[in-house]
Amino acid sequence: MNVLLDHLPEFRDGFLGTLSITAASAALALVLGILIAGFRVSPIPPLRAFGTGWVMLLRNTPLTLLFLVAFFVVPQILFPGTSPFMLATLALGFYTSSFVCEAVRSGINTVPLGQAEAARSIGMTFLQTLRLIILPQATRTVVPPLSSIFIALTKNSAVAGAFSNTELFNISKLLSDRGFAIGWIFLWIALAYLIITFAISGLFRLLERRLEVAR
Amino acid sequence: MSSSSVLYDAPGPKTRVRNRIYTVAGSLAVLGALVFVVLRLNDKGQFAPEMWNIFNNAGVRTNIRDGVLMTLQAFAVGAVLSLVLGVLLAVGRLSDHKPVRWFATGFIELFRAVPLLITIYVLWVLFLANRGTLGFSGEGTQFWALVIGLTVYNGSVQAEVLRAGINAVPKGQSEAAYALGMRKAQVMLTVLVPQAVRSMLPTIISQLVVTLKDTSLGYVITYQELLFAIRQMAGNITVNEENPYVPMIIVGGAIYVAMCLLLSALANWIERRGRRAKTGIDVAGAGEPVTAADALEVADPVPGGPAGRQN
Repeated sequence: MNVLLDHLPEFRDGFLGTLSITAASAALALVLGILIAGFRVSPIPPLRAFGTGWVMLLRNTPLTLLFLVAFFVVPQILFPGTSPFMLATLALGFYTSSFVCEAVRSGINTVPLGQAEAARSIGMTFLQTLRLIILPQATRTVVPPLSSIFIALTKNSAVAGAFSNTELFNISKLLSDRGFAIGWIFLWIALAYLIITFAISGLFRLLERRLEVAR
Repeated sequence: MSSSSVLYDAPGPKTRVRNRIYTVAGSLAVLGALVFVVLRLNDKGQFAPEMWNIFNNAGVRTNIRDGVLMTLQAFAVGAVLSLVLGVLLAVGRLSDHKPVRWFATGFIELFRAVPLLITIYVLWVLFLANRGTLGFSGEGTQFWALVIGLTVYNGSVQAEVLRAGINAVPKGQSEAAYALGMRKAQVMLTVLVPQAVRSMLPTIISQLVVTLKDTSLGYVITYQELLFAIRQMAGNITVNEENPYVPMIIVGGAIYVAMCLLLSALANWIERRGRRAKTGIDVAGAGEPVTAADALEVADPVPGGPAGRQN
């Protein structure tokens, strides 16, 4: 109990750190994921190949390896001195984007064929069909898997703590190095993650209910 | 009919020309990005022949081999234990005894909600503190922290997968078994679990791929697996006053991707085989890793909608 009360600022910083890393990389993953899903169903072969390669590569790489890439290779390519937060967001966002892409793609597959056919027959182009007809309808089926993906992302963000980011894992490491009983720290950290994951799944359930329309 | 062909018409002459332009532009953009990356890294000397010559060094090779072996060792023990724990927890969660059910449910929910890294780290700290009483020496501490962390997390996930599988077995099966006079344990172990395992095998293997990837978290607790070996060598070796991060990461990444793809291929093969068989309940689609499984509720992991084909 005392660990939490005495170190409330640290816990708060960690909590906010986890939240901000999760939010930033979720946004990145969402944008990239939808883009890559678009690539994967596009009529242009190299883009399709790029999308397939992207998903295959990122889904089969351990997240920790991506963090190594982000922290040791990316600074050499771009400018050095990028903040750990940015690099962690890049690694997490790229990793999660492959899962988002697959969710969006299977969402696209569930939209009845007639919709795309109707869109095409009134002369819509591929981009119009996707943007105006398919994706809005796919949203409904994509929301539940997205919720699980973002919960997984929240948990994955712990890896960022091992790469000099301030978040919950980092805080637990810091406090246990200072000699506090690890059991209590674990309980409080677990509670913090439970709060975040409950919030995400509640939010998505709300979203799901809002989007629920009789088909 | 594949979805991709529905989204656009068969190209006419104009579209074909336009698509060709996009093709060229798209390829150029991707290639351009690649060339930029390669050039920048080349400037840093990451593609110098000497940089790659390090892999001719016997010590480097031995380190990589040892790393792979350590990874596989942790994976093998963790996978077996997590499957055992998964069966136990799944059966426990479906038990008729309330305390058992509550315990299993609480265990599953807790360890699925907490990031694996934190579980592993906490176990490591605990094990380090009680090294004497537990009788660990040297690498043992990290190894068991990693393996038990992997076991409790993946065991919880596998339990949910199995539970979904058990619930998907038609009710007539257990009713028939009870009618034959079987006891609860017999019904569960000889009728329900085998069918659940068979139908969920692709999902179980997808989760094993996740287990394999998660062994890399051992890096954080200084377990000397592949990633740790790579990182350490990259940090220690200097060629032309640069650390060989890029060659090391490319080689290590390739090994990881190859291992994971092999396991995924196994899952896909089993899925195809299962689909051929006409008996029993349907085999779940592969490539629906329950990694992402909700920490709070199990929206049944048996993929209902058309699963995106895995590549």
